Amino acid sequence: MGEIQIITANTAAALAAKLCRVQVVSAYPITPQTPVTEELAEMVESGALKAEYLTVESEHSALASVVAASQVGARVFTATSANGLLYMHEMLHWAAGSRAPIVMACVNRGVGAPWTILNDQQDTVSQRDTGWIQLYCRNSQEVLDSVIQAYRIAEQVQIPIMVCYDGFILSHTSTPVDVPSQEEVDRFLPPLEDRSGIDGQTAMNINPLILSDPRPNANGVVMPGYMEFRYRLQQDILGSLDTIKAADKEFLDIFGRNWDGSTWTYRMEDAEHAMVSMGSLASECTLAADSLREEGLKVGVVGVRVYRPFPASEIVESLSGMKTVTFFEKDVSYGYQGALAMDARAAMYDCSSRPAISSYVVGLGGRDVRPDQLAKATLECTKGATKFCWLDVRS
Amino acid sequence: MATISVKQLPKTEHILPGTRSCAGCGLMLTYRHALKALDEGKTIVAVPASCMTVLHGVYPITPVKVVCINNPFAATGAAASGIVAGLNATGKTGYTVVAFAGDGGTYDIGIQALSGALERKVDFIYVCYDNEGYMNTGTQRSSASPLGAVTSTTPILAKLQHKKDMIRIVEAHDLPYIATGSPSFPFDLFDKVKFAKNVKGSRYIEVHAPCPPGWGFPNKDLVKMGKLAIEAGIHALFEIKEGRFSLTSRSLAIAKKGRKKTVADYIKGQTRFRKISPDHLAQLQDFTDKRWNELLERHFKDNP
Repeated sequence: MGEIQIITANTAAALAAKLCRVQVVSAYPITPQTPVTEELAEMVESGALKAEYLTVESEHSALASVVAASQVGARVFTATSANGLLYMHEMLHWAAGSRAPIVMACVNRGVGAPWTILNDQQDTVSQRDTGWIQLYCRNSQEVLDSVIQAYRIAEQVQIPIMVCYDGFILSHTSTPVDVPSQEEVDRFLPPLEDRSGIDGQTAMNINPLILSDPRPNANGVVMPGYMEFRYRLQQDILGSLDTIKAADKEFLDIFGRNWDGSTWTYRMEDAEHAMVSMGSLASECTLAADSLREEGLKVGVVGVRVYRPFPASEIVESLSGMKTVTFFEKDVSYGYQGALAMDARAAMYDCSSRPAISSYVVGLGGRDVRPDQLAKATLECTKGATKFCWLDVRS
Repeated sequence: MATISVKQLPKTEHILPGTRSCAGCGLMLTYRHALKALDEGKTIVAVPASCMTVLHGVYPITPVKVVCINNPFAATGAAASGIVAGLNATGKTGYTVVAFAGDGGTYDIGIQALSGALERKVDFIYVCYDNEGYMNTGTQRSSASPLGAVTSTTPILAKLQHKKDMIRIVEAHDLPYIATGSPSFPFDLFDKVKFAKNVKGSRYIEVHAPCPPGWGFPNKDLVKMGKLAIEAGIHALFEIKEGRFSLTSRSLAIAKKGRKKTVADYIKGQTRFRKISPDHLAQLQDFTDKRWNELLERHFKDNP
């Protein structure tokens, strides 16, 4: 049985890593991720967690070292935010290409310049094309549970996972969290099967130079080229949607709760208008939907938990037949729109009847977003005006 | 006991015929003798994007009988740290982790990760094979390129700065063992790698690795060019054990008998120095003399 603790999402992430019996932790401090690294350091120094802890000199090295540790067979964990995540960018591609089952807590924060330490989701959304699975959490319970699920998923599909949660809004806010027992987690997450192949005898050349076309090995067996390896990554990350859903279902059996797989819905049963968002902002959308319902508008919410792989068919299914759909997101693809709206709009070309779509960029660099603002913006969109704009930009 | 005869070297070859390194490659000869000093099967090599990547062959074929983990250019020190931590965490004992990076991957883009690993006292050997430029990408300037050398990014004026003193930077990390080597003196190199293998903590070995296409000399002259570098004092063979400095091999002999070769003797067989001005040549000779005299002084102070 679990135990209710009043903790932040950062503590939840650190506790989850410990419960997953991670063997190597490597991290570099950056606000608002720092408490994760500090708490894990304390667990390791006190002996509560039997792991190697590397206090590396940069985020690039943090990810480089966990990739290498993973390649020799260890279960690894790291955490980062904002510019730190951007500094890892080269290693993000390398980690996914290495098929290293890394789990990384990403505490969402706006990126410089100019400097901000406050929340938005530009950091992780900008990394969507690196071949990682991305999970976005609503609350600290989901953070803890998602880290545990992430190891299960990553180790099955051999693809690294970012568990993303909003800086300060979740990372530094204490809420009740049901912390499961070690026994429960051990039942859900088996020890990592050592696939390193390191046996003191076998020679290997891991991640060598590769040509574009398949090529025979020394025994004449034709081995894949670069493109075949990359195609496998694409096939496997697409296929991981099923693994993510299955893991969430099995999680329910052991822990008595789950997180709706890839997308979740709120009051969508009879909805005519939908709000779509990710992370804690999506939770906030439910408050706006409630107030719009009080005014007689049939509004529901679709929350995107898994952003990569993109749950296109679930989104299409949820949004088909809506009169209007309004996206809210804390990121933008400069020169076009919010990334979630772009991706979902493309998917909704397949909707049987296409809703009028609007999208808002909100809350960048910690700008507060209130439910009444979300409700007002949604209301405008329900009147049929299709628009792309930024909410609450002041003159 | 110092190795004095080829008969004393292990006969096993860990690099099979068919590497993709150039003919007359200084790195290739270095790697061959370094691996003879390490245990087959129990050596894990960390390699950044470099000539070493090429030497290791193109997937799915490799001529080298070790576990090699390739890593991004800037990441060697961090990757080696992760390998050591991962081996410890998973109870894999008895391995020697050896990073092999070029001067670009050590002096330039890899210096941060290297410094981090050395400061954390990671238990590994870092070998820098210094061929004085970005030879794998086409002979561009690095901070290890010498004054007066034409590179593909110093094509007209030649390099205007002296080489960075990497050993002094490494020594500032307080390591138990630092050494230099040359493929032209394989017994000395073999003995140093063998010694380093049994030292605990971070060990650093820097090898001056002549590069025929990058420096512009005939492939057959690799060993000769490596020897000339030592005899002219451009590069010196030494080791620093727990802070105690000792010249070794040919450099020790020169220390006793005096240097006979000049920088001019060393550079005349290399087309990369074709544009060196008399002023730069004099500066390079001064730089070499000053450095050599410092090493001599330190040797006789530590070995009275």
